[in-house]
Amino acid sequence: MAEPYVELKSVSKYFGSVVALKDVSFDVCPGEVHCLLGDNGAGKSTLIKTLSGVYTPDEGEIRVQGKPTRFSSPADTRDSGIATVYQDLALVPLMSVARNFFLGREPMRKFGPISQFDADFANRTAYDEMQAMGIQLRDPEQPVGTLSGGERQCLAIARAVYFGAKVLILDEPTSALGVHQASVVLKLIVQSKARGIGVIFISHNVHHAYVVGDRFTLLKRGRSTGTYAKGEITRDQLLNLMAGGKELVDLEQELAKSARNGQA
Amino acid sequence: MVSEIRDERVRSVSRLSRLLSRPELGAAAGTVLVFVFFAITAGSTGLFSAKGIVNFLEVSAQLGILAAPVALLMIAGEFDLSVGSMIGFAGILIAIPAVFWGWPIWLSLLFTFAVCSGIGALNGLAVVRTGLPSFIVTLGSLFMLRGLTLGLTRGISGRTQVSGVHELAQNDPLNSLFSGQVFSGLIAWLANLGLIGKRADGMPSISGIPVSIVWWIVLTLACTWLLTRSRFGNWIFAAGGEANAARNLGVPVARTKITLFVMTALAAALFAAIQVLVTGSADTLRGTQKEFEAIIAVVIGGTLLTGGYGSAIGAMFGALIFGVVQMGIFYTGIDTDWFKLFMGAMMVIAVLFNSYVRNRAMRSR
Repeated sequence: MAEPYVELKSVSKYFGSVVALKDVSFDVCPGEVHCLLGDNGAGKSTLIKTLSGVYTPDEGEIRVQGKPTRFSSPADTRDSGIATVYQDLALVPLMSVARNFFLGREPMRKFGPISQFDADFANRTAYDEMQAMGIQLRDPEQPVGTLSGGERQCLAIARAVYFGAKVLILDEPTSALGVHQASVVLKLIVQSKARGIGVIFISHNVHHAYVVGDRFTLLKRGRSTGTYAKGEITRDQLLNLMAGGKELVDLEQELAKSARNGQA
Repeated sequence: MVSEIRDERVRSVSRLSRLLSRPELGAAAGTVLVFVFFAITAGSTGLFSAKGIVNFLEVSAQLGILAAPVALLMIAGEFDLSVGSMIGFAGILIAIPAVFWGWPIWLSLLFTFAVCSGIGALNGLAVVRTGLPSFIVTLGSLFMLRGLTLGLTRGISGRTQVSGVHELAQNDPLNSLFSGQVFSGLIAWLANLGLIGKRADGMPSISGIPVSIVWWIVLTLACTWLLTRSRFGNWIFAAGGEANAARNLGVPVARTKITLFVMTALAAALFAAIQVLVTGSADTLRGTQKEFEAIIAVVIGGTLLTGGYGSAIGAMFGALIFGVVQMGIFYTGIDTDWFKLFMGAMMVIAVLFNSYVRNRAMRSR
């Protein structure tokens, strides 16, 4: 396996008396999809925020390309090539795709003393970058509000990649989507991986994660229950490991029992 | 490898349909309607003679000077209700130092622009820092500025009006920037060609284009360029459309909004400078309700009250409608009492139309 791009080593994070993360290790290599699974309250959000520089760990260390690093802010993290795509995607629905793509980092062109927004370049680049991710835009000037959920996700990912992300942290990118749109996003993840980007895919949907994941880390109550490569674990084992997996089986048996009792 | 995902539900959309989702469409159509209406009802009264045109353009220009920056501010998702009071305040700031303290006009003008931009920045800071709705914050400024204007004027002059600016301004280097007329030569030439009517004494019926009209056009073009072609314009749309997303992407939302509050304050000062130098006097009641007229012009121009969408060209059409209707009603002899009823109704219709266009823009492509 290649050298990890970013690594958390035995990281712990406390909020007062609450132990949000305890002794968690996690890493992602270039061209790999590492899925972070866990139920609500398992510490996924805290882990993402630690990785993206919102929180600093209380114990343990973060390494970027092998070097111990301390992120001072989310912007700092972004500069070191780690981009987080949050659920709200940071898109402005009434603005065009191209303007969203370059929002805050507008390409300018000089006309004598005045420099103005280079709309041609923005349109062309947004169109090409979306196409490279497998999404054919109708028109780079259409408002983002007219895009489907999957296309919006693509825009946010393509933007992060274009601006130099080596690692993408995707926070529940498929959770709000229908079946078709979710598969569009899963294809995007595979596409990013093929471009040599390390993807951290946060989800509580094992079915989605298993399709694209290379490794799986399960969080439970702030602790890691282990990291498994795809060959080492089946989907059902993974389901059972997740809280809910076993509970669902128990529930199933219980319901079956009460149904039998009812018939008797 | 992943194949291209082409949406089979897409059909090609005509240019017309694209045009239909432009924000200024409603205002452009409204302008045509209003022109046709008054061409029929007031065509023979002189509303569309050279003199009539200059008259309504001058009304439109004054409002349009306010409306262009107010449009930008509203696209950024904020209101400035203090512009009307700012006009009164700025007028007094120009007149009092000139008349009572013997300042040259150019100095009191510069002083006024500086003070007004400072107040604009305070408005902006108050909105950005407190997170309160700008509607409330600037409603406060509306009253405070009007009170300050009245208090200062009465305290210093003992009256509510300061006159005598004309005589002082006559040889001032900045006077011609704000009052008087331009293109007199062109007008005389057009009159000689017979394109513009002449008076009985052989002079053209108008002697030039009032400089306020030039300000209006230049400001509208500048605001349009800013909005659609500059980096700042992108930030304006983003600040009004989804401020959080903009902030996460590194857009300086607070600075953008404060800058826009300074711009509306400066526009109010410009309005006052033109008014004081044209009429030769300042009055504590000047500019009353101009904040609402500006908002009406902007909304008729297609800008959404909720921000994130709109245009400065639209605001220009809104101001044009305002001027044509105001002068048209006067020329047709309809009781001018009906003017406000008409403008209020126009605005409500415009809002309904805008939300239709917005929904269309979000859906149709």
